[in-house]
Order: sequence, then structure tokens, then C-alpha cells
Amino acid sequence: MSMTAEPIVEAVGLTVDFASAKGPIRAVSGVDLSLKPGETLALLGESGSGKSVSLRALMRLHPSSAKIGGSVRVDGRDVLAMSARELSAYRGKIVSMIFQDPGLAFDPVYRIGDQIAEAVMRHERVSRAEARKRALELFERVRIPSPERRLDNYPHEMSGGMRQRAMIALALACRPKVLLADEPTTALDATVQIQVLLLLRELQREFGLAIVFVTHDVGVAVEIADRIAVMYAGRIVESGPCADVIRNAAHPYTRGLLSSRSHGALGKDERLKAIPGSPPDLAAPPPGCAFGPRCESFAEVCGSAMPDNVVVSSSHIARCVRLAIRNSSQPGG
Amino acid sequence: MLLYALKRLVYVLPVAFGVSIVCFLLVHLAPGDPLTAIMPIDATAEQQAQMRAAYGFDKPLPVQYGIWLFKVLQGDLGASIASGRPVASEVGRAVGNSLILASLATLIGFGFGTFFGFVAGYFRGSPLDRLASVVSILGVSVPHYWLGMVMVIVFSALLGWLPSTGAGPGGSTAWRFDWEHLQYIILPAVTMSAIPMGIIARTVRALVADILSQDFVQALRAKGMGEWPVFKHVVRNAAPTALAVMGLQLGYLLGGSILIETVFAWPGTGFLLNTAIFQRDLPLLQGTILVLALFFVALNLIVDVLQSSLDPRIQRG
Ligand SMILES: Nc1ncnc2c1ncn2[C@@H]1O[C@H](COP(=O)(O)OP(=O)(O)OP(=O)(O)O)[C@@H](O)[C@H]1O
Ligand SMILES: [Mg+2]
Repeated sequence: MSMTAEPIVEAVGLTVDFASAKGPIRAVSGVDLSLKPGETLALLGESGSGKSVSLRALMRLHPSSAKIGGSVRVDGRDVLAMSARELSAYRGKIVSMIFQDPGLAFDPVYRIGDQIAEAVMRHERVSRAEARKRALELFERVRIPSPERRLDNYPHEMSGGMRQRAMIALALACRPKVLLADEPTTALDATVQIQVLLLLRELQREFGLAIVFVTHDVGVAVEIADRIAVMYAGRIVESGPCADVIRNAAHPYTRGLLSSRSHGALGKDERLKAIPGSPPDLAAPPPGCAFGPRCESFAEVCGSAMPDNVVVSSSHIARCVRLAIRNSSQPGG
Repeated sequence: MLLYALKRLVYVLPVAFGVSIVCFLLVHLAPGDPLTAIMPIDATAEQQAQMRAAYGFDKPLPVQYGIWLFKVLQGDLGASIASGRPVASEVGRAVGNSLILASLATLIGFGFGTFFGFVAGYFRGSPLDRLASVVSILGVSVPHYWLGMVMVIVFSALLGWLPSTGAGPGGSTAWRFDWEHLQYIILPAVTMSAIPMGIIARTVRALVADILSQDFVQALRAKGMGEWPVFKHVVRNAAPTALAVMGLQLGYLLGGSILIETVFAWPGTGFLLNTAIFQRDLPLLQGTILVLALFFVALNLIVDVLQSSLDPRIQRG
């Protein structure tokens, strides 16, 4: 990974609007993402902050009623301008996705091996036998025991950890350049979680994948990511190199997230809930900073306008007015 | 798979046994003496006793059942009281006719039902969905004898396109696959298909809506599958349940179409039951019900085996 490489994923001002009974909901409002080949970005945030919606927008997996705005370029191509045909050639080939619950992400009435072969045959002109052979190689690669036999399993015949390995095998079947992982370890037991994380890291190096990794868990983010982006109410409120964001968190929300887990690692279903209050209603967001109502250092300026990005240090930025005030009063600080 | 089918078959035997007991007792539970209908009004007590002995009604019930079952197993369902003909042949012909009618009706219903169901499930909330819903609700809720009469009035009486009643020219009751006979089946089959159509449309709509909302559909799109391959997955997931519902509908239509068969004078089981009831022809009633019940049991077995062969999640152990 070189610092000068062109980004493989670049989203600028990404917005996603859903229609609802209460009027349009802006689930994602102006997200910028930039990812270089081989890089891992962790997207961190509470439930409902728009992580999954952002991720799906990169593949345009939303129902057609959802409106996606801004620009998304992946591997040099404009994703939002793709036709249906181009889109389906792009999905699974350039970018693929791993889902949170591998128990639900496979078709329950097809054999796993066939589902992987199906993806291979979709994107490459190969015979069924060749596609099956590829599936077998992938199963060996993700270290599924007795892979030959497991190819003929139906999803319900596998354990959760094994299904997630199979899901990873499926995602990597056509050697994509970008992997979108939506909480791929949340549904798994702690020990299996670690195994899957290690496997992902290993495969990333081998395949040179760029990964966007969505998680609730700061520990997982630290484990896997080069950079961290913290989301709150549809916006990225802080982003930067992993170490900077963890050691030198600038946004009060990030600090809240970090302190919420400082007393031991998070268990399986534990959510980040140590910050008092709850996220805003996206149909009627508060004026100014969306985190304002829950912020312990809320000041009057916070309620007037959504703060802009403020540079904390080289590539570490945060959206907080107090940083801007501090920066202007202490130039160079 | 074959082993599973055999296992299911073994489970079915006690059910069939129970069915036979119920059918047997039917004659004895029915109010009145089964013989009064054929007994001369002025028969002496001695004559009555003779008659009773001739039909075996003087023996204890379990013995009667044993004898009856023994005969049934040999295909002897006794003789009709009204016509004196063997019940087995009457029922056999009627079941054949009903099977043809019910199968055709189920096929028509299944075809239109799945079509409307898929359209409605895929385009939920659209005008197409509402149209399909109206059609399916009408299908289940319109009284079928009424629909049958409307069909007869429109297509037979007014337009004169199709014959109104019977199963063949000249009151023929034996079915044959030629146009002469085929035109007789169209009106009753279409009328009868309204029920399975409505039910299957509603089932399929719910199935499709449920399947489309599942994560794996999004996962299919995420790996680059277009609408057509996704559709195939949806069909494959909906098939076990849809086919099971179709099988059960066929079972209901086989025995439950008394009104339609009567309106169209279709010489099937419904028609036969109707006659048997009004003539108090208990052996005929008993035989018909027994055969229908066994058909239903067999159909359930087939549906069960079919469903488990289509859905890997159903345990085949
Ligand atoms: N199809 C949809 N229609 C309407 N609203 C939606 C839709 N999908 C998501 N949303 C809304 O968008 C917001 C963000 O959801 P999203 O799934 O991205 O959250 P998340 O950050 O992934 O949370 P979690 O950690 O629980 O997965 C939520 O308020 C959700 O209700
Ligand atoms: Mg999510």
C-alpha cells in the first residue's frame, strides 16, 4: 500500500433518502469515504447511525424507492451512473459483500457449493465443473474442514462460524478488489469471532483487498483497521488513522464510544450504550450538531449549524465546533 | 428419499385404519335403521329379523366390522341399497370423474393463482397487487353454486358456446378425452377453479413477499445475479409450500364439490354423495366416504413426500 495510490473507493457527499410515512428520512447525509487498494477502513457507530445504509449504497443494493445522492466512484467507475446490466456485472466482481448473519445470507434450499459456483459462473465464462472446483479451492482457502463434503451441505447443516467462512469464500469467489463487511462477526461466538477476523486479515494481504468493515465494537475496529471513521446520525463525525483516532479522539461522541468500552471488551450482543440519551429521529433532526442534545460539552454555537470538518492532525479530521474554536484561538495547536 | 416415503407410508396405516372404523360406524350412528328404506312397510317382525340376518346386522359390532373390513380389503364395498349395483364400481366411476374435474380445476387454479400471487408479491402495494387481491378475494368468497349458475346462464343459455350439464353427449357418464366430452368439463372446471385460485394466489403472494424480504435475496443481488436468476431462486423457495397447498386443495375439491357437481350434474363423488344422502343409501354413502377419505390420506402422503424432497430443511430422518 503506497500513500500515493489512487483511491479504489471514493464517495463524496453520499446521501441516502428513504420515503416514510412521516416524510423523507435522510439516513445518510453527506458521507465522504476514500479507500486505497489494500487498505481497511472501519466504520464505527451506534445502531441506526447509517453504517449499513452507507455500505449498501456503495453497491446500490437499496430498493429503487431509495434516493442515492452525491458521487460514488469505485475502481475508476461511476457507480451511480451504471445501468442495471453494468451494476450486476460490477456486484460480486469488483465489490462483494459479507453480511452480518451468515445464516440468513445463503439461499436455504440450495447447496452452499452450488451457490458459490453460481457466482463464479455469473462473472466468468467457466463450466459448472470448473466453478465447483473453484468453490472447493476457496473452501480449502478459508479452512473449512472436509471441504469436499461441506460443498454439498445446505446452509442449515453448517455451524455459524463455518457459514461465515463459506460466506467469505463466496465473497472472494471472483477475486474482487473491494470487500464490504457488514458486522461479519457480530453474530458469532467470541472465539469464532477472532478466528474469522484473523482469516479476513490474512486474506486481505493475500488478495490485496480494500475492506470497509462495519462494526459496533471498538476492539474489533482496532484489530482490523488502518483507518477508522466514526458515524453518528448519518454523518461521519470523526475519521483518521486508527491509532490517532483511538489515542487522540477529538469528537465528544468518539470519546464517549471509547470510554464506554474501557472496562473490558464487549461481549457478543453488547451494544455501545454508555452514552446517555439516544440518537436523533432522522425524520426530524435537531438544529445544528446532531450529537448536541447528548453532548456533555454542549454550547450555544452547537445548536446553530452543523459543524464543518476540522483538521485535527494531517489526515485526522472531526466535526466539532469546539475544535474549530480551539484551533483558531491557538494557531498551530 | 425412498426410505422416507416408506416410513411415511407406515405412519399412514393407523390413520387409514381409523378412517375405516369411522366409516363403518357411520352406518350405525346414523339415526334410523339402515334397512327401513328397503324394508316393505308391512314387513312382519320375522321378515325384519331375516333381513337383518341377511345383511349381517344381527352380529355384534366388532364382528360386523371384521367381516366388513375383510370384504373392503378385497374391493367389495357391498351393494347399493337403491340400485342394487356394487358400490365399488359406482364409486370407482364417480371418483374417476371427480378426479378429472378436480385435477383440471386445480391446475387452472394453480396456474392463475401462482401468476396473480407472483405479480402481487413482486409489486406489493401497486395497482397490480390490488387487482390481484380483488381477484383472489372474489375467488374465495363468491358462492360457487351461484358462480356456476351465472356461467351456465352466460356461456350456455345466452351464448350457447358450451353445454350446461352432464359429462358427455347423451348423458354419458364415462369420461373420454375428446372434444365431445371436453366441452362438458370446461364450465364446471372453471367454476371450481375459483377456490384454489384464490387460496393459492393469497398463499403465493405472502410467500413471495416474505422471500423477497429475506437477506439472501439481497445477498444474491450482491453477488451479481440479475432479476431473472433471482426470480428462479424465489420460485424454488416458494415451490414446496405452494405445491403442498395445491395438493391439499385437490383433496378438498375431490370430496367437497357437492354443490358444483350438483349444479352441473357432473357424475362425480359429490353428485353421488348427494344422491346417496337423499335416498338414504347407506352402503353407497359409506363406500364413497371411505374411498374419498383414503384418497385424502394418500394425497397428504404424496404432498408430504414431495414437500420434503423439495425442501432440504425438512428432516428426512
Ligand atoms: N429500507 C429502509 N427504509 C427506510 N428506512 C431505512 C431503510 N433502511 C434503513 N433505514 C433507516 O436508516 C437508518 C440507518 O440504518 P442502518 O441500517 O444503516 O443502521 P446501522 O448503523 O447499520 O445500525 P446497526 O448497527 O443496527 O446495523 C435507520 O434509522 C433505519 O431505520
Ligand atoms: Mg447495520
